[in-house]
Amino acid sequence: MKYEIIIGLEIHLELLTASKLFCGCSTAFGREPNTNCCPVCLGLPGSLPVFNRRAIELAVTAALALNSEIRLWSRFDRKNYFYPDLPKAYQVSQYDQPLARGGYLEVDVAVGKRRINLERVHLEEEAGKLVHAGDSIIGSGYSLVDYNRAGIPLLEIVTAPEMHSGREARLFLEDLRTVLLYAGVSDCKMEEGSLRCDANISLRPEGSSILGTKAEVKNMNSFRSVELALDYEVQRQEKVLSGGGSVVQETCHWDEENKQTITLRGKEGSSDYRYFPEPDLLPLVLENTFVEDLGRSLPELPSERRERLREQYGLEKEEAFLLTANRELGDFFEKAAKAYPVYDNLFNWVQGDLLYQLRENDKKVEEIDPNLLAGLLQLLDEGSINRPVAKELLAEMVQSGADPKEMVRERGLERISGRDRLLPLVEQVIAENPEAVENYRQGKNKALAFLVGKVMAATKGRADPAELNRLLKEKI
Amino acid sequence: MRLYEMTAAELSRRLQSREVSSAEVVRSFLERIDEVDPYLRAFITRTPDLALKSAGEIDSRRMRGETLHPLAGVPIAVKDNISTLALRTTCASRILENYIPPFDATVVAALKKAGMPILGKTNLDEFAMGSSTENSAFFPTRNPWDPGRVPGGSSGGSVVAVATGMAPLALGSDTGGSIRQPASLCGVTGLRPTYGRVSRYGLVAFASSLDQIGTVSTTALDGALLMNLIAGYDPLDSTSLPEEVPDYRAGLEPGLEKLRVGLIRYGRVDGFDPEVTEAVNKAASMLEEHGAKVGEVSLPLTDYGLSAYYLIAPSEASSNLGRYDGVRYGFCADGDSIEAMFSRTRGEGFGAEVKRRIMIGTYALSAGYYDAYYLKAMKVRTLIRRDYEKAFKKFDLLLGAASPTPAFKLGEKTEDPLQMYLSDVCNITDSLAGVPSLAVPGGFHSSGLPLGLQLTARPMQEKLLLKTGRFFEEQRAEYPLRPSLDFLEERGGGYEI
Amino acid sequence: MPFDFGKEVDHVARLARLSLEEDEKERMAGQLSDILKTARRIQELDTTGIEPTSHVTERPAVLREDRVRPSLPLDKALRNAPRREKGFVKVPRITVSEQDQK
Repeated sequence: MKYEIIIGLEIHLELLTASKLFCGCSTAFGREPNTNCCPVCLGLPGSLPVFNRRAIELAVTAALALNSEIRLWSRFDRKNYFYPDLPKAYQVSQYDQPLARGGYLEVDVAVGKRRINLERVHLEEEAGKLVHAGDSIIGSGYSLVDYNRAGIPLLEIVTAPEMHSGREARLFLEDLRTVLLYAGVSDCKMEEGSLRCDANISLRPEGSSILGTKAEVKNMNSFRSVELALDYEVQRQEKVLSGGGSVVQETCHWDEENKQTITLRGKEGSSDYRYFPEPDLLPLVLENTFVEDLGRSLPELPSERRERLREQYGLEKEEAFLLTANRELGDFFEKAAKAYPVYDNLFNWVQGDLLYQLRENDKKVEEIDPNLLAGLLQLLDEGSINRPVAKELLAEMVQSGADPKEMVRERGLERISGRDRLLPLVEQVIAENPEAVENYRQGKNKALAFLVGKVMAATKGRADPAELNRLLKEKI
Repeated sequence: MRLYEMTAAELSRRLQSREVSSAEVVRSFLERIDEVDPYLRAFITRTPDLALKSAGEIDSRRMRGETLHPLAGVPIAVKDNISTLALRTTCASRILENYIPPFDATVVAALKKAGMPILGKTNLDEFAMGSSTENSAFFPTRNPWDPGRVPGGSSGGSVVAVATGMAPLALGSDTGGSIRQPASLCGVTGLRPTYGRVSRYGLVAFASSLDQIGTVSTTALDGALLMNLIAGYDPLDSTSLPEEVPDYRAGLEPGLEKLRVGLIRYGRVDGFDPEVTEAVNKAASMLEEHGAKVGEVSLPLTDYGLSAYYLIAPSEASSNLGRYDGVRYGFCADGDSIEAMFSRTRGEGFGAEVKRRIMIGTYALSAGYYDAYYLKAMKVRTLIRRDYEKAFKKFDLLLGAASPTPAFKLGEKTEDPLQMYLSDVCNITDSLAGVPSLAVPGGFHSSGLPLGLQLTARPMQEKLLLKTGRFFEEQRAEYPLRPSLDFLEERGGGYEI
Repeated sequence: MPFDFGKEVDHVARLARLSLEEDEKERMAGQLSDILKTARRIQELDTTGIEPTSHVTERPAVLREDRVRPSLPLDKALRNAPRREKGFVKVPRITVSEQDQK
């Protein structure tokens, strides 16, 4: 029996505001516990919430970037439940009148694009953080609560159940992250908890139109975990169904260490959150101009940029992809391209040596001046330096930010070329290395490389290896 | 006349002319509290030292020639569901018995800024849920006109403090009549402002869309002075109204010509003491004699309003009181698991009425019942608002009773919650509509107990209410009303608690 | 048909995290049945086409500037916390099924 896999994702994203959604406490990560708190985010008796304008702006920006339809009128509701990290015993969220409905993301998969639709995008508040004594919540004697995180603005994005594999889910998440980083709404760091993902997954016999019972999967801490967890769930559910059983609607907790899902056998029935309109907050009414202005100030988003890069610079699909995976890399390329419009060569150097050196030296591309690379490549094209020297200079440029042109001047790294200058050295090397010469004559090409190397050494690496090659062959 | 018998306006005048110092004024009230409160129990926490310290500071500043707020040096009592920095705020509940807020409510900050010494925190029904102050977890407050009777609720403590001269002014809160009903039972003036006129920041929430902090005073002028101080936009309260605050004293001079008054015919008449109806009718005649045009207005949805209120208020309360779980503050029961701790803390920490309302509210919001209960009640609320809009097309002021009966006996209604809820029948629809409403003394019952009138106006028309309240004061031979407190002489009479 | 809240008491008490003694439950069941019976009278009213009132204030939300303000110092923030450890608030163990309900 073949099964169709149906996956939907629920993503939570911390928005990049300086202060919290309902109060002026800082949203800074990594502070001492309970030092970013006030009566409002602690939910002390008598406290009241007041909206943060920037959170609304970022939420609308994100929704626009995801092609969602913004509702000019939306409302907040209380989602009531009891948990120690929830100071008011309710979360202020949006239930039936969210900020945005619909939307989509076009994900590049192997065979073209897949559009994954979204159901909604809405704003809500973050809860505090629980730290458990012992390694996990299971079997812990007590827990510790830090409310610094409570009240940070959270964007919730719910996708339609349209993904069909763990891999697709991962690709979706990667693209989603890129779009949101471009939009500047969140720093999307799963490791810091500013981006979280839960998944719903069900199986149904191929051809059936009835949705199977879904399991909810939580506690996945990286995009890779999402893929692994969903793959695992597919197998688990398949086994259950093939064995004639039925899948129970439940929540599964991903165990990263043992690479499996653990089912949390909770109470019968789903939680009753007793949603009702939040009386302490008036409805959110947005002006058309407010939304339009935000739309206009949206930066060029990844897929648009990819199209444009391909057209403007004649890049291949994968090349454009690389330059948009990281917005700063694309910015770097375009700035360098202004000064050095040999696009394909520029791309090769960026993709190859530059990225390599950035990794080696633990640097970010934003720290490098694109004009320096442009200058370096010009020197190379002019023939002022040779390739090996260019590579070395690039390394230094990344490490210290030094200007290659200056380095060449200061250290006299100009290329040595021309028969007059090289021939004497070539002849000298030939004279000094008769064995190698003989080996080459015998057909051992490696010997030529050896001789090239010797001349290079004599020129302190400033000769053009290709030229040396020719000259040596000539003379031998 | 002793200082504690004077109105805030009078004290203000004497303080400003330096006839008397704030320390003297505060001492007079403190002595009065010592004398009377052991029997009536209006206060949960008394703060004589803080009050004297504050008074001393004001006196020094006045000596130095500083210009001070008109109410500077005039003391006040604050209902114990309003947060006071570093001073325990219990809401008359075991669950907050030792809770010490790290912040002042906005209105309290205003009191302090004006230089009003705080005499203490007054008793209330637990979390403001009740109409008799018998639901206080600590002790009931007694009616000064007859200590065997209730003062009304939930602001019983504040009202009794003002009625007996333990404080010239007090802050109360009104959700479904909690200022107006007790004011009427004790013969004082109590104002429920337009929803949003006074900041709720720091008022421990009961029903967020209904709660308002208001004034308790012996005169309309005193109410106006206090409103001048506490009304106004608060950026910390999203439901706070941005409109400018007028001088509420302006317009207190008489002149009722052109005033169109609607005498309310309630949807139900049973449960009303006939003397109450008589007092309201007499008040209507008085207005007519002085030039007002009086007609009849019906509010046919009144008892549906009661039903709607007893779904909406508990629903919001069930959510507002979820935070009392023993984790961050308040009473915490032992429990080997978090769930056990939650349930035991709340089961043991909350009183019976609070638990009842949480249960009703939880049920009314729960899956499968939301539409029939909470949502339906919200729609009924719209119908009631429309009734008021219709009424205010024809009338400027609505006149009715502030309570269907005079004060009832302690213990009389505690076994029957529904009976207790009916005490609010006159007050509730005003709260649902969000309109301002004033309770003023309207004479006496043949038993000697005070009766109260209730005046209701359009949103933001507190001035009109106070003006009309002032009118009624002037019709009285004696004003303010002062209970004789004869029982104080009968100390052996077993009134001590 | 009299309305019987008795069947609902346990479920609602659990939702509300209120532990009730048996006699409390019994008493409450009766009282709540009465109260809800009265409350249900609102079903008699025709509210077709009527918008519910969730706010009497008819205005849009207030928005504040995104400015950081000082937070409470730790000792003030946790002053009333019954159990504390190293700057955290401490709570008894949480079972996995309890976490499930989030």
